Amino acid sequence: MPLSSPGMKLLLIEDDQKTADYIAKGLAESGYVVDHAYEGRDGLFMASGGGYDALVVDRMLPGMDGLALIAALRAAEVKTPVLILSAMGAVDDRVKGLRAGGDDYLVKPFAFAELLARIEALLRRGPASAATVKIKAGALEMDLLARNVTRSGREIDLLPREFRLLEFLMRHAGQVVTRTMLLENVWDYHFDPQTNVIDVHVSRLRQKIDKGFDKPMLQTVRGAGYRLNVE
Amino acid sequence: MTVRGIDIWRFLHTNAFRIAAVYFVLFAASVLALLVFFYFSTADFLEREIEATVDAEIRGLQEQHDFQGLVGVIHERSAPGRADNMLYLLTDPLLNPLAGNLSQWPREARQVRPGWFLFPIQVSTRNGPETHNVLCSVFVLGNGDHLLVGRDLRDATMFRIRILTTLAWSGLIALGLGIAGGVIMTRNMLRRVEAVAKTTEQIIRGDFAQRVPLSGSGDEFDQLGSNLNVMLDQIERLMAGMRQVTDNIAHDLRTPLSRLRARLEVTLLEKPDTGRYAEALRETISEADQLLGTFNALLSIAEAEAGSRRDTATVVDLSEIARAVAELYEPVAEEKGLVLSFDAPQPVNVRGDRHLLSQAIANLLDNALKYTPAGRVTLSVRSADQTARVEVADSGPGIPADRREAVFDRFVRLEGSRSTPGNGLGLSLVRAVARLHDGTATLEDNNPGLKAIFTLPIAPEQAEPAVSDSFPPLAEGA
Repeated sequence: MPLSSPGMKLLLIEDDQKTADYIAKGLAESGYVVDHAYEGRDGLFMASGGGYDALVVDRMLPGMDGLALIAALRAAEVKTPVLILSAMGAVDDRVKGLRAGGDDYLVKPFAFAELLARIEALLRRGPASAATVKIKAGALEMDLLARNVTRSGREIDLLPREFRLLEFLMRHAGQVVTRTMLLENVWDYHFDPQTNVIDVHVSRLRQKIDKGFDKPMLQTVRGAGYRLNVE
Repeated sequence: MTVRGIDIWRFLHTNAFRIAAVYFVLFAASVLALLVFFYFSTADFLEREIEATVDAEIRGLQEQHDFQGLVGVIHERSAPGRADNMLYLLTDPLLNPLAGNLSQWPREARQVRPGWFLFPIQVSTRNGPETHNVLCSVFVLGNGDHLLVGRDLRDATMFRIRILTTLAWSGLIALGLGIAGGVIMTRNMLRRVEAVAKTTEQIIRGDFAQRVPLSGSGDEFDQLGSNLNVMLDQIERLMAGMRQVTDNIAHDLRTPLSRLRARLEVTLLEKPDTGRYAEALRETISEADQLLGTFNALLSIAEAEAGSRRDTATVVDLSEIARAVAELYEPVAEEKGLVLSFDAPQPVNVRGDRHLLSQAIANLLDNALKYTPAGRVTLSVRSADQTARVEVADSGPGIPADRREAVFDRFVRLEGSRSTPGNGLGLSLVRAVARLHDGTATLEDNNPGLKAIFTLPIAPEQAEPAVSDSFPPLAEGA
């Protein structure tokens, strides 16, 4: 796995020593600088000081509950992106987490590649773009109002769901995007559809955007997911 | 202190006893009031009758006095042998007796005033001398003579005593019957409650097969008992399910876990080789992923069965949910060379959890696509008779009739499907989701192929409008 965001500073707030150690080690391997708090109040203190590019917060913490911690941070106008880790995976647990101010919610146990992809997505988050009409990723251009897509000026005909799939990939151009992320964000499903349905959708989309071009843009990242290459 | 197995102290503290006691007090008070009323009205009647008799006698004698000699008449009336208990005394103005069966003018009547008064007399009877009360009236005749007419109250008193005795006895009998009835009633109630208590005690002690005995009368106790039994059945079913899950997890996870462990161990034993290490690790990760998949599926089923997602239920359009799932799987079908057709002519609103319903339909569709080698898979949504009906019909090999129920059990996979990826939990989840929504999940013959049917009740009309499954805006950055 390529070093995604070297030098970025992360704060991991997780009470389980072993889990924390392996996450911290993995993140350090991936080029992040990781600080670690084992307890909610310490975590809040460290996070309030700022200086972190993203926080990874376990939901159940001694001292101070993870959600309360995030709510306190948001109340103090600390806008650092937060990824919540939790063993509670029901839909309403997820909703509660995001409502408390979390930016993404990852259910334990998770693949490390999934964690990396989500942290990367949080770090590379662009400015709020509700008003954005056009997205550009390399040679790809998407007009959200006219709902059309061109690659190097050539129009690509997409079905509505393919359009949304490509929109998500373009918004995360250059980043690894996992199948779960696609399923959650493009389809709003939070279950495992057993058969690799996402792969089939992606390969269909790949057919449409890469066919007839020398350089394939939609790349499969082994053991993790996909990446839309923009170089 | 016990009487025939019933602890008296406990008995006195039972609700049944309290109810019986209240009824008994009310009952006793009514009986007493009735008896008192009866006694007084009877006694009153007797007194009036005596007064009327004496009155009539005086009036008669007065008339006699006006027309003929009174002495003779009184002699005749008070002659011994007459048994009407009447007493007469005629005296001169100085109260010297002239005639009658009273020996002297009673002291109580010295101040002669017309009216009623009582005085005692000594009477000799066979049993010796007795004191009798006499109720009498006094009258002064025209010539100054005094006339006293009275009646011995002995008979009346006797009658009154008899009435009292009778009433007392009837009261006692009524109260006795009341007590007996109360005790029988209470004991009967107590026995039924006792039966419930005994059963629950046995269950607490671990004998889960026990059920509350029913009398068959269909009364409140039977209703309570049958509700308890239904509850116990439900608990037993859930417990059996849990036990089965535990057993299956132990069985199903132990094998891959041991394999995983063995692989790592063997890899360590071999000569160090980075390439082989990496390969072993990759295989281990993929195996761990499978384990986690199984684990998550079991958790989803457990959650659906526990009904813990009930609070997320809203009115949703089942057609729209099915359409989204069909769209998700359509490319899979196409890649396999199958025709996936979707047929839902109109919105079908149900109350439910969108995610669980999506997952259930996805599981059915996934199965159909996995096990149909060639041909067609149809997903349809219909509503009829207040029931929403989702059907997934395929043209695959189908499932023999005698196995169509078994495949809903956890980890049950048919011979011949073991080579296909899957954990044997898909249909279990479908059924758990159906049950959570008060619906059903069944399999039927599609001639040829298999038809999976998922039904749930239609949401009531006045409910809030269905949450549409139209595209929500993409979450930025997520």
